[in-house]
Order: sequence, then C-alpha cells, then structure tokens
Amino acid sequence: MAEITYLEAIREALVEEMERDPEVFCMGEDIGAYGGAFKVTEGLMARFGEHRVIDTPISEAGFVGAAAGAAHMGMRPVVELQFIDFISCAYDMLTNYVATARYRAFLPCPMVVRGPSGGYVRGGPFHSQNPEAAFLHTPGLKIVYPATAEDAKGLMKAAIRDEDCVLFFEHKYLYRRIKGVMPAGDHVVPIGKARTAREGTDLSIITYAATVHKALEAAEQLAAEDGLSVEVIDLRSLLPMDDEAIVATVRKTHRVMIVHEDTRTGGIAGEITARINESCFEWLDAPVLRVTAHDVPLPYAPALEDFVLPQVRDIVTVARHLARY
Amino acid sequence: MDAPADSTASLATGVGGRRPTPVDLPVQGGYAARLPRERKLELYRWMRLTRTLEERLVALYRQTKVVGGLFRSLGQEADAVGSAFALERRDILSPLIRNLGSMLVKGATPVEILKQYMAKGDSPTRGRELNIHFGDLDRGFVGQISHLGDMVPVMAGVALSFKLRGEDRVVLVYVGDGATSTGAFHEGINFAAVQKVPLVCIVENNGYAYSTPTARQTAARAFVDKAPGYGIPGVVADGNDVLATYEVTKAAVDRARAGGGPTLIELVTYRRKGHAEHDNQSYVPDGEIEWWAANNDPIDRYVQWLAEHEHVTPAELAALDEEVQRQVDAATEEAERAGTPEPADCLEGIYAEPPRLGAHWYREGVRSAVERNERPASWGTHDG
Repeated sequence: MAEITYLEAIREALVEEMERDPEVFCMGEDIGAYGGAFKVTEGLMARFGEHRVIDTPISEAGFVGAAAGAAHMGMRPVVELQFIDFISCAYDMLTNYVATARYRAFLPCPMVVRGPSGGYVRGGPFHSQNPEAAFLHTPGLKIVYPATAEDAKGLMKAAIRDEDCVLFFEHKYLYRRIKGVMPAGDHVVPIGKARTAREGTDLSIITYAATVHKALEAAEQLAAEDGLSVEVIDLRSLLPMDDEAIVATVRKTHRVMIVHEDTRTGGIAGEITARINESCFEWLDAPVLRVTAHDVPLPYAPALEDFVLPQVRDIVTVARHLARY
Repeated sequence: MDAPADSTASLATGVGGRRPTPVDLPVQGGYAARLPRERKLELYRWMRLTRTLEERLVALYRQTKVVGGLFRSLGQEADAVGSAFALERRDILSPLIRNLGSMLVKGATPVEILKQYMAKGDSPTRGRELNIHFGDLDRGFVGQISHLGDMVPVMAGVALSFKLRGEDRVVLVYVGDGATSTGAFHEGINFAAVQKVPLVCIVENNGYAYSTPTARQTAARAFVDKAPGYGIPGVVADGNDVLATYEVTKAAVDRARAGGGPTLIELVTYRRKGHAEHDNQSYVPDGEIEWWAANNDPIDRYVQWLAEHEHVTPAELAALDEEVQRQVDAATEEAERAGTPEPADCLEGIYAEPPRLGAHWYREGVRSAVERNERPASWGTHDG
C-alpha cells in the first residue's frame, strides 16, 4: 500500500468514520468549500454535504458549545480549530461546560476538538502554540497528540468513537513531512497507550508529537558518536497518560529525560517527573531532566524560534549529561 | 390585568435605571385565549407550587439544612411558568437560576429540588451540583452551569441536532439581563441565527444582575433591540403576565418548529429578592421592591384575571393551594429523610472509560508511597 502523509491520515480517519457512523459531522471555520486552512477536510463537503461539513462563524466558544449540545443528543461532532492557538477562546466552554457535563449532569459529551498545533514553522506567537498542558489539569477531558501518520489515523478513529471529549492535537510541522503506510482494515489506536518508538538500554527519552522525531534523530547521533543505547517513548496520549509505560522504561534504563516543545513551567514534563518520583523513584540512577521550550511566547524570527524550541543538539547535550551522571 | 400606567415611570430615575415599559402583546396567535379553563388553572398551580416550594426552601435555609446559597424567583414565577408551558413534551429547555417554575412545568419534582439544595446522596446530581443545576433529557431540561451565557451555544447545538436529524423539536434557552453582555450569548445567538436552528432565547429582564442595574449592563434601549443585529425577530412582553409570556413564547416556538429559526424574547419582570438569600439588596432604591410586591405581583394579577375572566372562586384556588402545600410537605419529609452521599462516590463517572478513578494512596491506608514501592537490590547502599 502507498504511503500517505500525517495530514492525509487524519483525513482518511474522518472519511472512514463519517461513512461508518451517520452521527459524525464536522464543524469549523472555512472547513467546507475551502477545505480548511491546512486542507485537512478538503473534499469532505463535496462528499458528505453541507449538513455534515458545517462552516461556522468565527466563534470558537459558540461552535464548541454547539458541539457539546449536539453531542448530548447522541451526535458525534468533530470540531476544527483553525489553529489550536484559538482553543483558548473556547477554554471556558471546554473546561467548565464540556469537561464537567458527565460528572455533574450525567450528560455524555462525545466530541473531538482538533487543530493544527506546534512550532518549528515560523508561525509566531499565535500560530505555533502547544496549549496541551492547560487542559491536562482539567479532569473530564482526554488529550492525544500523535507523532506518526499511523497514530494520527488510529487515534482519530478512537477519539471519534470515544464516549468523552477528546482534544486532538495535530502537529502542523508533521502534516506533510511525515508519512506512513496505514495498516489494513479498521485501524484504531487505543487512547491511553504509549508506544516505544525506539528500544534502548542506557537511557530513556519520554516525549510526544514533533519532538519524538527530534528525539529519534538525537538517539541515532548518540548511538553513532557515543555508543549509547537510547530508548524513545512516544506517549501519544497525554490524558490519560500511560503510567505503566513510563514506569517500565524507568525500571529498564534508570535514567530518564523528558522532552517537549511546550514551555517548561507548569508543563507536562513536571507532571511526568512527579509521577516517576512517586512510583519508581528507587529505580532512578540520576535525576529526571527536562528539555523544553524556554518560558517565553514563541517568537517569529528563525534565529529566535530556533533558540526557544528544543533542538536535536539540546537533546544530545542533556542525554550525554544524563549518561555521565 | 394591566399594571398601573405609572408603574415603570416611577422607577426610571432610580439606580434601577431605565427599564423598558412592559407592553401587552397584541394577541396575534390567540394561543392564550384558546387555553381551556383547566389548563389556565394549571398555570396558576405551577406558579403557586414555585412560590410555596421556595418559601419552604427559605425555612430550610434558615435551619441550615440548605447547605449552599438559595436563589429565589419571587415575583418572576409568571415568566418561568408561562414560557415553559408553551413547549411540547418532546421539546427541551435550559433554565436559568430563577426558572424553578420552568423546570417544574417540565417535570422536575419538588423532592428533587429539595434534595439538590440539601445536597442529598440521591439528589439528581448525587450531591455534585447545587440548587436547580440539574437536568434530565427524557423530561426535557438540560442543567445549566454558572458561567452565564454558556447555555446559549450549548442549546443552539441541541437545536442543531434537531435540525440535522429532521426532528420536530424545539429548544428554549433562558438568559438574564446580565448574560446578554457575555461573548457566549453573542456567539450562541449568532450561530443559531446563521444555522437557522429551532431555538427560542428568552432574556429575563428582572432589573438587576446581582447588584448591577440594567443601565450599567447595556446602553441599548431594550434587550430586545439586540435581535435585529442578529437578523432574527425580537419581541418584548410583560413577564409578570403569565398569559402574555405563554403567548409570545408559543408564537416563537411554533415559528421555530415550522423552520423559521430563532426568536429573541425579552420578558420584563422584577427580582424582588436579592441575587441570593444572603443579599440584603442595599443597592435597591427605597420603595421599589414594595411597589412591585403591592402592585405587580404575578400571582395576584393572575388570581384577579382568573376571577374576572374564568369566574374562578377563592375556594377553588384555596383547594389548589392546599394540594400544593401537601405536596411540598410530603416532599420535604422525604428529602429530610434522605442520606448524604458516600464520599468515595465522588470518584465515579468523570469519564465513561475508566468509569472510576482510584483514591490517592494516603487515603488507602498505605503509610508511604516509598514503602509500597519495590526497590532494586542495591537500594540504599550508595554504591550504585
């Protein structure tokens, strides 16, 4: 079978799920006739009609709220945020309304909120964000952030079938750079399960999304130049998080670093570190280290963006320090 | 049944500020006129039940049996009851904090309300949410959240599902005068208007948002003036006239059902109690509350109307009042007997999967996380 891109894999999942279940429909800004800012939904309106691919006014709170209402009634909305940066406009709706609906009112809210995320694309402060940590702190939401085309498809299908609201972060740097061959048949990747992207024995890099690829590149370099065997864990799901996979890799290599593209303070790396501390501290031979963005809004100029975001050389530097510790 | 002509003029200069003059709606549909006598008595009964139940809640609040705040709808019973009365059983509404009457009309029971306020384990939300914040899709009401305006987009989405599936159902969403200032209200109404979904939005203008008078909420002449900005019809009616609220809502509901899209209705009423029971209403001009109590009480007005137009006798109403009283007494007894929630129930149902979260280890009798953990053989030897 032919390789398809990460972006095409998402589209394939949307098409298959819309064909499988008439309750699935898409909503968002410019997703219909135009096919979305990144063309993820291209061709969907022609295929499924205006009733199932709905162009909305510019009102993230409005259509995320409307998705919740439709989801209560048994429909399965998939909402696109044109850039994930605009999820903050729907923050109240997601955290106060959607996330609490099942708990406080026994109202199911099966919906997907998806959108292009992340940097390395010279998008500047408002088209490059990684706001996942802001939602990790909200019980009632689920968060996935795939790094491969296969996972992009399989997790999207799982997200659409999930009985709760799933925030589906798509890395726009990976949209057309990453390709994969889709497994045959109904390819669903379970939410909450990490993936070992590379086996290793000397140290572990726990990461997700675009930095999975940075970590793999670093691992390759560390193997060639230092003879280090580096394990790379791709979390794939952030909420729920695969604690078993985290503990397993700690117990295997005893040296762990966490890499993410989001800023450091209050970030997901801190949460993972705390979990390791509480559940397998005794198996560590070194402190858990973090490689993250600097705590600044992401600047536009290439020299600035490259300095702020984690690069392969940063991962290599920290891994060497960790290996020597 | 009209209020005296100077009813609002006397208030116009107070801090309560400008308030649209209640207007009696021209009875275009004649819906209210066509209600049979027993249905008209039902309207009375729902209003009376609302007031009696709230009075009982005040007593329980003073006995500290209501564990949180208490929100009254005194003086607003007509707008809640009359509007909800215009829905069919299959239709869905989302109430606001002063729409106890709407929920009762939709099938919420007094014992449920009492158990909610008293945070009982078998309350509709199992002690998770407060007051009238609960819902039941089967009976046709969706529980609100405290973030004002948020229910407008959500209910627009419920209406969208009716449109997409071709279901013959209508949605009614209530907001207060204050919520019209929120972004969510704007986004929700705009979305509903563009999508032409079967949504009716009622703005209950009761003069105050907490302590803030309407003049500090909007520079518009009336809330209904916002409707043309969304390209939808707007209508204003006297919210203290139960038949008028029924009339305008029924007309809007029928229009939505026929595919005509949303309507914005402003019901002009007056909040005679504070935001909640603790609020001493120090910000209200002297005499304003008393004026409304004496001259424009929705139940008093309707009693007079029933006597004049339907020859309803005081004995008939007294019998209804007694029945309501018995119902509230029985509900109170049942609610007081109910137990409190099992604490660990709070870990259930945040997700469909997993259905239950584990309690933190220090709630499970383990003395320390480290103690529980396995350790490598070399642990503690400092020789790596």
